[in-house]
Formats: sequence, C-alpha cells, structure tokens
Amino acid sequence: MMSDLHLKSIAELSAGLQAGDFSSVELTQHFLDRIERFDGELNALVTLTKDQALAQAEAADARIRSGNAGPLTGIPILHKDIFCTEGVKTSCGSRMLDNFISPYDATVVTRLKDAGVVMLGKTNMDEFAMGSSNETSFYGPVKNPWDTERVPGGSSGGSAAGVAARLGVAATGTDTGGSIRQPAALCGITGLKPTYGRVSRYGMIAFASSLDQAGPMTRSAEDAAYLLAAMAGFDERDSTSVDRPVDDYVGQLNQPLEGLRVGIVKEFFGEGLNAGMSASMQTAVDELKKLGVETVEVSLPHSHYSVPAYYVVAPAECSSNLSRFDGVRFGHRCDDPQDLEDLYKRSRGEGFGAEVKRRIMIGTYALSAGYYDAYYLKAQQVRQVIAGDFRKAFESVDVLLGPASPETAFRIGEKSDDPVSMYLSDIYTIAVNLAGLPAMSLPAPLVDGLPAGLQLIGNYFEEGRLLALAHQLQQITDWHQQTPSGY
Amino acid sequence: MDLEPEEVEKIAHLARIAVAADELDALNTELSGILGLVERMAELDTSDIVPMAHPLDMPQRLRPDVVTEENHRDAYQAVAPATANGLYLVPRVIE
Repeated sequence: MMSDLHLKSIAELSAGLQAGDFSSVELTQHFLDRIERFDGELNALVTLTKDQALAQAEAADARIRSGNAGPLTGIPILHKDIFCTEGVKTSCGSRMLDNFISPYDATVVTRLKDAGVVMLGKTNMDEFAMGSSNETSFYGPVKNPWDTERVPGGSSGGSAAGVAARLGVAATGTDTGGSIRQPAALCGITGLKPTYGRVSRYGMIAFASSLDQAGPMTRSAEDAAYLLAAMAGFDERDSTSVDRPVDDYVGQLNQPLEGLRVGIVKEFFGEGLNAGMSASMQTAVDELKKLGVETVEVSLPHSHYSVPAYYVVAPAECSSNLSRFDGVRFGHRCDDPQDLEDLYKRSRGEGFGAEVKRRIMIGTYALSAGYYDAYYLKAQQVRQVIAGDFRKAFESVDVLLGPASPETAFRIGEKSDDPVSMYLSDIYTIAVNLAGLPAMSLPAPLVDGLPAGLQLIGNYFEEGRLLALAHQLQQITDWHQQTPSGY
Repeated sequence: MDLEPEEVEKIAHLARIAVAADELDALNTELSGILGLVERMAELDTSDIVPMAHPLDMPQRLRPDVVTEENHRDAYQAVAPATANGLYLVPRVIE
C-alpha cells in the first residue's frame, strides 16, 4: 500500500495520516525517493530541500498526534521558485538570483506552512515567469513527463511536470498571462488562477503587478480546493489584496449546479484551434451537460486584442519591477565595475536571459517619452474593452468555457527562436488576466496521447463555483486520473 | 514597424542593459516583431474608453501613519554583493 501513496488525493492522504496508516515522514520520504528516481530526466526541481522536508514532516507528525492537525498537515508539496522561502535559494529561474537566499517567506509560503504542509523543494520555471515553455530558465528546460521531447508549458512548467509525474502531492504556481493554466493543460493536471487580489502577492517575485496571481496546481479540483482554502485571504502586506471573506471551497464542492448557464466562447473555437483539441473540448462539454448545466454560445468579440494589449502592459510593468535588480542590494553583480552605470548595465546584461531582456526593453520603449499614449495608455483602454466583453457575457451566463491552449505540448526548441509564435500559446488565457477574473484548466480527453486542458472562467470571486463544476465533472469522468506512463 | 539601430541602443541604455554590438541586429528584429504584434491594437477605436486602472476598480487602501516594520537591515544585507558598516557599496560616484 505504501507504494501507491503518490496516487492518492489530499483527502485520502489526510485520512491516512490521521488514522496512523502511515506517517508524514514516510509519505515525505516516498516523494523524495520519487524525485531522486525521476527528476534527473525531468528537471522539474531547481532546489531539493530534503532535510527541511523531513524536519517539517516530523513536526507535522507531532501535530497530528497532538490532535490539532488540519487537512493539509503533513502533505508534501512543491513551491514554484518564484515564492520567497526563508533560508532557501529563491532563483526565479534566473542567473540574476542564482545566489539569492531569501531572508523571508512569501505570504503563500507562510500560510501553507501554518497549515502544516511539507515543502519538498522549489520548482523550475521560465526566467522571472516570462515564457510559455519553461525553456527560458537559467537551469535548462523542464521535460514533459508525457513525452520528454516536449515542453511542459510555462511559466510554471516545473510545478506542472512535478505534479503530473507525482513528484509532489500538489504544487504552487503563478499566472500572469496563463502560467498556471497553460502548463496545467499541457501536463494534464488541474490548475486554478484566482481572482486578482484573492491570494497575496507578498514575497512572490513581481513580474507584472496588475496581472500576477498565485494559485494551486493539483491532480484534481478537490485537491485544488484544499490548497486554495489555505492560500487565499487578505494580507495587509499586499496593497492590492482584497479584504473579503474566503469562501468554503471544500464545503461548496457539491453545491447544486442544475440550471447553471455555461457559455461556450465562440472566439476560442475558431481558426487556430487544432481539430483534435476541438473534439476533446466537445466531449468535455457533452459530459458537463450530464450535470444538468445549460450551454449557450457567447461572444468575447475583442478577445483577439488581448495578446497585443498584454505585450504592452506586462512588459511595461516588468521593466519597472525588474529595475530593482541593479547589482547593488542583492542578486548578480558583475566583476570589477568601472562606474555606477557600468555596474548596472553589466550586472543586468549578464544576469538576465534573452527573453527577460526583450521584455524589459519593450516595456522601456512603451513607457518612454513620446510613446506612452500610443502604447501603455492605449493598452489600458483595450484592457477596459476586453473586461467589458466579460462583463457583458456574465450578464447572461454563470461560467465561460473554452480550451486553455490552442494545441497540445509542442516540441522543445520548436518555438524558442520566434518570440511572437511563443506568445500566441497564451491566446486563450491572457484575456482573463487582463480582466482580473478567476479561471482554471482541467484535464479533458487526451489528443493523440497528449493532455488537453479545458478552461473554465468565472465571474469575480467565484472560485468556489468553478471548483464545484470541475469537481462534479471529475466525479463522472476519469480524465484527471490519466497518468503519463512510467511514472 | 522596424526600429532604427540607434533606437535599439537608446532603449538598451534607458533599460540599463549592456548589449554587445554584434547582438543589436538580432535584437532589433525581435523587438520589431513584438512591436508589430502590439500595434494590432491600433485598429480598435478607443477614443471614448476610460483606461483601466485596476481590474476590480478598487481605490488604493490607506493605513494609519505608524511604524510597523522592524529593522531587518542585517538580514537583508547578508545577501548583498558588497556592504560595509551597514551601507551598500557601489563604485565611487563623487570625485
């Protein structure tokens, strides 16, 4: 029985820990063994925190014995390396932070620690979360466990591959333009991006502050509910955190859904969507209807402007956020700087990879004198139009549906030389970030043996309804239990 | 649109990123490609649209003007490239 612990849900593992069937130390060792066995090939982790994990597991076992454990106490998970972890290297996938030992914990990390989770290690990611394939990482690409010649998606590629290969029970991720949902789709797992402001951004290394949100990456919607319940909530250390009670996501999983109106987004099924992907989505919609939901076609007429608007807003905010990496206070510093300008320029030139430099420069250009109105102001207006499309759609439906990605996992190297083609990987996910809405990707039927992601988009703060819909679909289907062979 | 070579150098300078001379052409092609994608926005008439300031239309939260942070200088400077006497060291800026 101990050999199949990695196949169990959080609720099953929690019950087993409480009943004394196995200890958190045993569970943690099981995953550490799996990481040792499989991660040499996958490259999903950049830092393994074995000693801390076993110490946290021992503490969790003591807490379970003392009778004040919660549902996540003793559950081993992975953190994306974008979250600051006190005393542990926090690289953000960059040479710039290869030497950075964080002096503090991100709020997400603190909250999950308080819930008693065990951190197994930190996951690989696109550098500063800028990428859709995990190929921009300083630590090399992550391999997709479904086909190791393919990308896992990005930027939370290590988290997605790690959960898909069962190297941890669950993982944290962040989503600025699709970085939770697209890798979840390409690796066949469940990933949720909450409403902007629902989860604290404190200690989460900033990329584009008006878009960034953290969320859970798990094997099922039920597991995601457990994780989000611990992650979400007001934090005075994040000035955009929303002071509003957190719903009982787990308790609401079985809420009645009869009569729920699901809008099929017309624009997400147009040209550019692979035929196999379209068939997979249709099968998922047919199953959803068995839950008693109604489906109607809806339009987001300006959604094709979301990628252009995003590639102004996100780079503009990144150029500002990443100005903190100056070779003075932390991170990489060039050797033998001649003067202050040389220190800045060479530290940044050496510390950042090509994609990060491109985005900083696009943002710098868009914000420079004479160009602000044509780029940044225009993009914020387009963003308003896109948010308006969603407002209108939610007047007649409760949830929107479409694919999370136009295609299944592509081959490593296939798009890495063409930034614009890579950017179009996020064509169905970006509009959600621009509007600040919650959305998730969950496994749909495989397409040619590779995972496909069904995307559900909710109105503001309706994470509970999305999770319930996904959970109830997962009760009558087994797509979320598909596992890559060999793991 | 295509950027002029000197524009790429100017952007790199404004961004304080060292770019080698032999990288400028390739960088120009990439940046111009991205700007080409971005410029599709121009098709959309947004003359009466209020720019979005916040996805939830929330005002900035205020807090009482009291000291809440503790002193973390030593912990924060432990990860700095060069410090002395509690100060960050940089190349000389005043002759």
